[in-house]
Amino acid sequence: MLGYIVKRILAVIPVMAIVALIVFLILRLTPGDPAAIIAGDTATPDQIASLRESMGLNEPIYVQFFQWIGQLLHGDLGTSLLSGTSVNALIADRIWPTLNIALLSIVMSVAIAVPLGTLAAWRHGRFGDHVVMAISVAGFSVPAFVVGYVLIKVFAADLRWLPVQGYRAPSQGMGEFLRHAILPAMTLTAAYVALTARMTRASLLNVLGEDYIRTAHAKGVKDVTVLLRHGLRNAAVPILTVVGTGFAMLLSGVVVVESVFNIPGIGRLTIDAVMARDYPVIQGMILLTSGIYVLVNLLIDIAYTVFDPRIRY
Amino acid sequence: MLSFNRSRIPGFPNARAAARGAGRVLAAGVFALAATTAHAQEKTVTAVMHSGLRMLDPIVSTAHITRNHGYMVYDVLVAMDAEGAVQPQMASWQVSDDRLIYTFTLRDGLSFHDGADVTAADVVASLQRWGARDGAAAFLMEATGSIEAVDAKTVVWTLTEPFPLLLDVLAKQSSVPAFIMPERVAATSPDETITEYVGSGPFVFVEGEFQPGVKIVYERFDDYAPREEPASGLAGGKVVNVDRVEWVTMPDSQTAMSALMNGEIDLIENSQIDLLPILETSPDVTVEIRDPLGYQGFARMNFKHPPFDDVRMRKAAMMALGQEQAMATMIGNPDYYWLCGAIFGCGTPLGDEAGAESLKAGGDKAAARKMLEEAGYDNTPVVIMQATDIGAMGTIPVVIASDLREAGFNVDLQSMDWQTLVSRRASMNPPSEGGWNIFTSFASGVEANTPLVHPILPSTGDTGWFGWATDPELEEMRAAYLKAEGLEEQKQIAHDIQARVLDNVIFVPLGNYAFVQARSNKLTDMLPTAVPVFWNVNIAD
Repeated sequence: MLGYIVKRILAVIPVMAIVALIVFLILRLTPGDPAAIIAGDTATPDQIASLRESMGLNEPIYVQFFQWIGQLLHGDLGTSLLSGTSVNALIADRIWPTLNIALLSIVMSVAIAVPLGTLAAWRHGRFGDHVVMAISVAGFSVPAFVVGYVLIKVFAADLRWLPVQGYRAPSQGMGEFLRHAILPAMTLTAAYVALTARMTRASLLNVLGEDYIRTAHAKGVKDVTVLLRHGLRNAAVPILTVVGTGFAMLLSGVVVVESVFNIPGIGRLTIDAVMARDYPVIQGMILLTSGIYVLVNLLIDIAYTVFDPRIRY
Repeated sequence: MLSFNRSRIPGFPNARAAARGAGRVLAAGVFALAATTAHAQEKTVTAVMHSGLRMLDPIVSTAHITRNHGYMVYDVLVAMDAEGAVQPQMASWQVSDDRLIYTFTLRDGLSFHDGADVTAADVVASLQRWGARDGAAAFLMEATGSIEAVDAKTVVWTLTEPFPLLLDVLAKQSSVPAFIMPERVAATSPDETITEYVGSGPFVFVEGEFQPGVKIVYERFDDYAPREEPASGLAGGKVVNVDRVEWVTMPDSQTAMSALMNGEIDLIENSQIDLLPILETSPDVTVEIRDPLGYQGFARMNFKHPPFDDVRMRKAAMMALGQEQAMATMIGNPDYYWLCGAIFGCGTPLGDEAGAESLKAGGDKAAARKMLEEAGYDNTPVVIMQATDIGAMGTIPVVIASDLREAGFNVDLQSMDWQTLVSRRASMNPPSEGGWNIFTSFASGVEANTPLVHPILPSTGDTGWFGWATDPELEEMRAAYLKAEGLEEQKQIAHDIQARVLDNVIFVPLGNYAFVQARSNKLTDMLPTAVPVFWNVNIAD
């Protein structure tokens, strides 16, 4: 097992190296000039040119690339061209809101979706199943910004129970954190409940047709025990995959929710950097996202062995 | 039988640990409550500005949000009042009889946020860095022999020839104002950005709370000594009545609107026009135009490549365009836009609409078509760049494309994001090789109301603004304006410039529009300035 983990971690190196190279090249080939953005709309071409020179953007691409790789090897993602802030510091500052909202969403999604999916499988083909599937289709089909606006309208604008926007860290008080995080988390949850509930249902239906389930029933084990202990545990592997990859997707795809609820997370950081052609920040964010995907997949693989002892590496 | 011990599962605490955790959460909650109460006693203004602040050097960047940041943190030697007259701010001045020597004397009580006194040496270093960066200041520096600190409070500015507009250049409100920084900061190369943000203005920049593009916090500078005169324009006493000002960026206009109506923020500097009817229904919100000069939309043609290297083609294109259709499409509500053919703005001292009759009348497509035929247009494609990510401004190129097609131009409307446009407009290549023929943008009224600072006017070919207009006659007029004595002579030259700009189609004014701000009724006494400033304002509990 340990050997497998070490091997997987070593395999990350070439993956990240390829990502780094591709990202760097694509960004440099994309139209856009950070110097023009910094100088402002009324700057003259001469002013922009001198700024570009001082920022090192006139260096040959391979020189810029090796400078960046050299920084990376020292654990330094570079410095934002616009704000002059270290990319490491920017990401460290902005990842927590995203991570906290994503974690809350995942917890809420699993807490809602697994029982719903289990209920749907248990009541397969009956009214309960149809209701759960209808909720799933709706949750998956309605865009996040629509869900967000509706939640703001109801809970913030009309009822005034919760704030419209903003973010508070858990360190500022769990109550304040939850007050600000609950609507964005619910918005994200809508889609992931749908996805996870459907996967739970499908996986459980598959398991419930197995011989050992029939055997358990024949031995007189209660339905609920069969469903939860024999069924759900054996259906856990694909559910875990969806939850794990869903978490990675949440981290890298919360930009809409971050915009609607004004959350200073990494989604907005990435979009802002792309709009401003802030190369070091974009590069850092893509590397981080790739790393998260690799790490989450590794953790899922390890978690398989916990839920299914037959799996060995 | 399946059993498990919860305490063995990472992250799942046993009962004692859970109790400890709960205690910590409770304690954190109490501390948070205490902190919240402390903050609640402070007078804080929370404002959503027109864009996020990322770049903190107001000398290197001409971006308005960076300029606005500059006015919070830095002070200026002289400033313009509400009537456009130059007034003392950090310094008073005397002019020698031959008008070649200006002596500035710093007033008492000026200090930087780090506690150091503001000295003449700081002023000299700041002026030199500003002079190396700013367009209008460059003219002034050409006429400058020396700027010297003769003692701690006195700066002597010696000219090689009289420069009647010296004080106007020094007091200009918009990019780039002559902000005063400590000498060590001002020693930074004008091509590099500063890394220390210490000013002597009425607010202190709180670096520890700065989140680029997200949030910037200012606190009142308790040692700031405001002038005794009442605030007027950007001059007079900068009296700060609040403890903190927070600028937050909200990428979603609807969220900002809901937050304002919910009392979570106090100001939206630039509200989306189509949300104004909703904001106007709130009894707690006032919708208003703070800056009467507003912004001027314009189209710029590329003088380097056909067809617009030929003035007859440029004239035909201008004849096809109309302001009403451009503004109505962009803004919609006529309360917030106005037709104006004056390149220096309507209602300003230099405003003159000569030559803009067809633009204000909606254009004349038939006449444009005839002019095009007479000029021998050979169906060369006209590449119009359209930025689709800048809100309503992105609609104007579509209107222009339609007008030009109607007049007989072969139009190629190309959509892109604003940053691609910004990059591409710098290309001098032919349109077929990554260049362009037309793009649209806008200029702030306070920047476009005089030939001194108008960003688009310089017509010096490759060293001028994008589009690279070459017009020696216009350059002579601009040079003459700098030496003009008195308003009447300035008006005459401005009239000539207006005629020349539209005759040579240096750019096409497409109408003016307002930034409409929405503020909580708790926020009062905001000054009606083009630059949003937060001294003088009050906020009710």
